[in-house]
Amino acid sequence: MNLSQDQLRSMYRTMVSIRNFEETVKQAFAKGHIPGFVHLYVGEEAIATGVCSALRSSDTITSTHRGHGHCIAKGCDMNSMMAEIYGKATGLCKGKGGSMHIADVGKGMLGANGIVGGGPPLACGAGLTSVVTGSGDVCACFFGDGACEQGTFHESANLAAIWNLPVIFVAENNGYAQSTPASYHCAIENIAERAASYGIPGAVVDGTDVFAVHEAAVEAVKRARAGQGPSLLECKTYRHHGHFEGDQQTYKDDLYKSVSQGKDSIRDFRALVTQHGWFTSEELDAIDQEARQAVEEALAYAESSPLPQVEEVTSDVYVSYP
Amino acid sequence: MAVATAARTITIAEALNESIRLEMRADPKIVIMGEDIAGGAQVEHLEDDEAWGGVMGVTKGLVHEFGRERVLDTPISEAAFIGAAVGAAATGLRPIAELMFCGFLGSCLDSLLNQGSKLRYMFGGKAMVPVTIRTMIGGGFRAAAQHAQTLYPMFANIPGLKVVAPSNAADAKGLLTASIRDDDPVIFCEHITMYTMKGEVPGGEHIVPIGKAAVARPGSDVTLLGVSLTAVHALNAAETLAKEGIDAEVIDLRTVSPLDEETILESVKKTGRLVIVDEANPLCGLASHIAGMVASRGFHWLRAPVGMVTAPHSPVPFSPVLEDAYLPNPQKVVAAVKETCSKAS
Repeated sequence: MNLSQDQLRSMYRTMVSIRNFEETVKQAFAKGHIPGFVHLYVGEEAIATGVCSALRSSDTITSTHRGHGHCIAKGCDMNSMMAEIYGKATGLCKGKGGSMHIADVGKGMLGANGIVGGGPPLACGAGLTSVVTGSGDVCACFFGDGACEQGTFHESANLAAIWNLPVIFVAENNGYAQSTPASYHCAIENIAERAASYGIPGAVVDGTDVFAVHEAAVEAVKRARAGQGPSLLECKTYRHHGHFEGDQQTYKDDLYKSVSQGKDSIRDFRALVTQHGWFTSEELDAIDQEARQAVEEALAYAESSPLPQVEEVTSDVYVSYP
Repeated sequence: MAVATAARTITIAEALNESIRLEMRADPKIVIMGEDIAGGAQVEHLEDDEAWGGVMGVTKGLVHEFGRERVLDTPISEAAFIGAAVGAAATGLRPIAELMFCGFLGSCLDSLLNQGSKLRYMFGGKAMVPVTIRTMIGGGFRAAAQHAQTLYPMFANIPGLKVVAPSNAADAKGLLTASIRDDDPVIFCEHITMYTMKGEVPGGEHIVPIGKAAVARPGSDVTLLGVSLTAVHALNAAETLAKEGIDAEVIDLRTVSPLDEETILESVKKTGRLVIVDEANPLCGLASHIAGMVASRGFHWLRAPVGMVTAPHSPVPFSPVLEDAYLPNPQKVVAAVKETCSKAS
């Protein structure tokens, strides 16, 4: 493995930050402090972390309704994220977007998305910008197994292929489109096999193994940056919580529950790096503690932040509109 | 499951469920489809009762009675399954498809804009498309810009579609039954905040005709016109106004297309004042259309400019303080009525 101590530390910090952030959101939502809907990324941390750690800061990502993890992995500020989820004026989107539309264009995070399959066409656009401007940036496009059944996914994969766009399509296959199992909604077992029909490389990766995700992402980014076009990574993963908070999850079968409980990217990472002697448990515990503190600060920041002014309802609709 | 034969108080969600259940019993050509409309497809232990029955539970239990052959979970493929519902309707079925949020129109617009609405016309009247598309409209759930839209004006702008939006449980049942039986494509709009609202609903068969507005409250001083949740706002506002000596007549539009112009004009003729309450965006919208229609056909009866309470020309914001400011409410209606009455000649 070709990862420095610093890179490993950073990946671990990202994963535990996401986990802490999401568990904190879960509690705050249960207390009624967060308006609207939230969809949590717990269990899927290794994907955003493994992919985004293969990107440079000027690269872009598109995200999904389950977008908090992508934000954190792309370097968004957790204080402003939490404030956005709370609907506060200090939020990343001034409280106008909320959890489902959280975005930070300056960080290359082109938005969580309430429309399943909304991201892939945007990712093609980001790829086109890179090609036309010669920036050399790539776009990582995250979407779920549900989105794989949207026409936008197929059209975008084909478009990226014929235009040779620097896009990495990252299918986060957590086994369910809301309550509908992937075994029902998808005619084949591995979404990555569809890559053959677009003439692009496709790979199935254990989405709970941050090293496997990272390695596959590095390869895909290298190809994209070298002008060799898009790739499709299918990351098999498990959603530990419901589709949304409040979902009773009666549709999850026992096998899914037992397998997902056995799959924990953070626990596996800890076991591996301590076994190899790369980190001690104490060092990792210290990172846990830092992450917890940062999330607590984010929560306090969100809670104490002001609400938006009502005049904001009609601002930002256009750049100019007489 | 037994369906009551006498009237009783049930929720809008239950009323919708009852309409679909009764119609499916009577007509084997009816199938329903949508994302998680049964829920947990292929998951054996669910045995139907614990399954979602749609995200709002409207179709809960129907898979138990009618089986998965007629209650079809779909992939998240709106273009494919709304299009398939149109195609099935054109070839002899009478499908009811659930487009979860009306904002998802973006994912299946062609099926409705270029196919379902136009097949009959383009084929010289030799096809019919008896499909019902149930879809959620409206804000109030803090669901933000893509999941809180009110798009009935957009649907109504398409010739060939009928557009319905009930405001109470009895109308929900009666209008959905009429929509299912209608031989044209009907977009049936359900407000996201209204599923748990209760009302007295007739048992057994109950039909409310499409295209007929209701005078929900008779009055003489001013006409308040609303549809779906804004009809409820209008009724609430009328109660407040009554205490202040203003006797408002409330018209619940119930159907956006075809528009019941006569009921609106009759009321305006009587009151001489009109305030329209509409949760949709205002530009080329329902309120402006009705104001134009009244100006065109009933100008001589108007004693004051037509008042309008609508959403602003902006997407729906997330933060509760912003969304509350965005949405129409009874207080805004009362203020608009007072302004209209102060301008009276």
